[in-house]
Amino acid sequence: MRFSGLRVLKEGLTGNKGWQPHWRDPEPKPAYDMIIIGGGGHGLATAYYLAREHGLTNVAVLEKGYIGGGNVGRNTTIVRANYFLPGNSEFYSHSLRLWEGLEQELNYNVMHSQRGLINLFHSDGQRDAFARRGNAMINQGDDAELLDRDGVRRHLPYLDFDNARFPIYGGLYHPRGGTARHDAVAWGYARGADQRGVDLIQNCEVTGIDIEQGRVTGVQTTRGAIRAKKVGIVVAGRSGQVAAMAGMRLPIESHILQAFVTEGLKPCIDHVVSFGMGHFYISQSDKGGLVFGGDLDFYASYAQRGNMPMMEHVMEAGMTLMPMIGKARVLRSWGGIMDMTPDGSPVIDKAPVEGLYLNCGWCYGGFKAVPGSGYSFAHLMATDRPHAPAAGFRLDRFQTGRGLMDEEGTGSQHNLH
Amino acid sequence: MRISCPICGERDRREFYYQGAAVALDRPAPDAAAQAWDDYLHNRDNPAGPVREMWHHEAGCGAWLVVTRDTVTHEMLASDLASRVQEAGS
Repeated sequence: MRFSGLRVLKEGLTGNKGWQPHWRDPEPKPAYDMIIIGGGGHGLATAYYLAREHGLTNVAVLEKGYIGGGNVGRNTTIVRANYFLPGNSEFYSHSLRLWEGLEQELNYNVMHSQRGLINLFHSDGQRDAFARRGNAMINQGDDAELLDRDGVRRHLPYLDFDNARFPIYGGLYHPRGGTARHDAVAWGYARGADQRGVDLIQNCEVTGIDIEQGRVTGVQTTRGAIRAKKVGIVVAGRSGQVAAMAGMRLPIESHILQAFVTEGLKPCIDHVVSFGMGHFYISQSDKGGLVFGGDLDFYASYAQRGNMPMMEHVMEAGMTLMPMIGKARVLRSWGGIMDMTPDGSPVIDKAPVEGLYLNCGWCYGGFKAVPGSGYSFAHLMATDRPHAPAAGFRLDRFQTGRGLMDEEGTGSQHNLH
Repeated sequence: MRISCPICGERDRREFYYQGAAVALDRPAPDAAAQAWDDYLHNRDNPAGPVREMWHHEAGCGAWLVVTRDTVTHEMLASDLASRVQEAGS
């Protein structure tokens, strides 16, 4: 089934009776060539690119819940490529290019909206750092424009420019940054993988990883044992538990990150705005809700909910930056489980066990990485060679100290990112 | 979330700095193998359930605490002074 404007019109005029389920609901087979543990954005994208780029379709994605029920449906939907460090820059640049062709590629409306992202700065020193970051982005082939105060005012007239503590000096504008409909990204990749023959198996929790003589031979699940020659672990905040099934301890601590949504409002915030000094960022969803968040609560957690001090902090920062949002009522808030690494950058690498592959450590920035991560992880699993843009995401960088990617420059230590 | 300080009693979480899993109680010897240091600095059990953590009562009495906390419910199960835990040899 292909989607088109004509199809929507036809279905609209005939009672919407012709729509089909977007993917099958198959029983697990006894064996596959490859198993992807985790049916989130990264796992589904991996399965899609395994089929699309490498012709590998005897693949199963095992999801303990339902497709789109994890972090891919619980984030703040921001898509950008404004990284600074080599290793990160080329990866996110590649990912953004994949985003830009994604809807045509998947024949699926993921509502990718390149509305522009503005990172604000509040001092001369910060301006220098942002100018440097913008130059790194331009050198990478992406877009960046340094805005002065009036430049920011043209885009965001509603900010409090003369705040006593954080007066706005300007911003780094990334016009190709924006947002996307998070669920649709999962659904689009799920549909694309399913159409190419990948089995998406929901309500199937992996309970063990079978290893014989240092080689993966399959997995145990709540729906029986499934054999496979290669197994990829793509389970975000649960990486520690799944890796433990293979006898591994990972450089990951799972933390809580909260997000908030207000009641629906008429369009008022046209960009993604980030206020780094206040640990606050905001955009407006297509439904009209203001979607905003801040920093981690800064303690390990699997609760999927946070505590009041960080809520207060985020609301204060929002009011500091744009007092106009004070009358909007918050409808809901939630927390996601973030797989935090010591240096704040991810891992796409082989595990020490033969046939086992790791894709984890996306910290609080996994959503924008979905296409690039799936593409690079599929490349690694299919060819056993790292994909060039993701070659820096090595697991051993922590032990050796070579190639650490500490984008914030705070140090490679667990409680600093 | 409130944390029980053995010196000050139960206090708001905001008074405390979180360091992480209580690995500092078992620091490797300076000449230990690279793997031991990697485990100590980077690798974590990261359990969903009770975990022993180091918290610093920085806006209170300044004591370092070992807090046992459930990462699924945020329930505080136990807390003690890090110095006392270290002396007891655990």
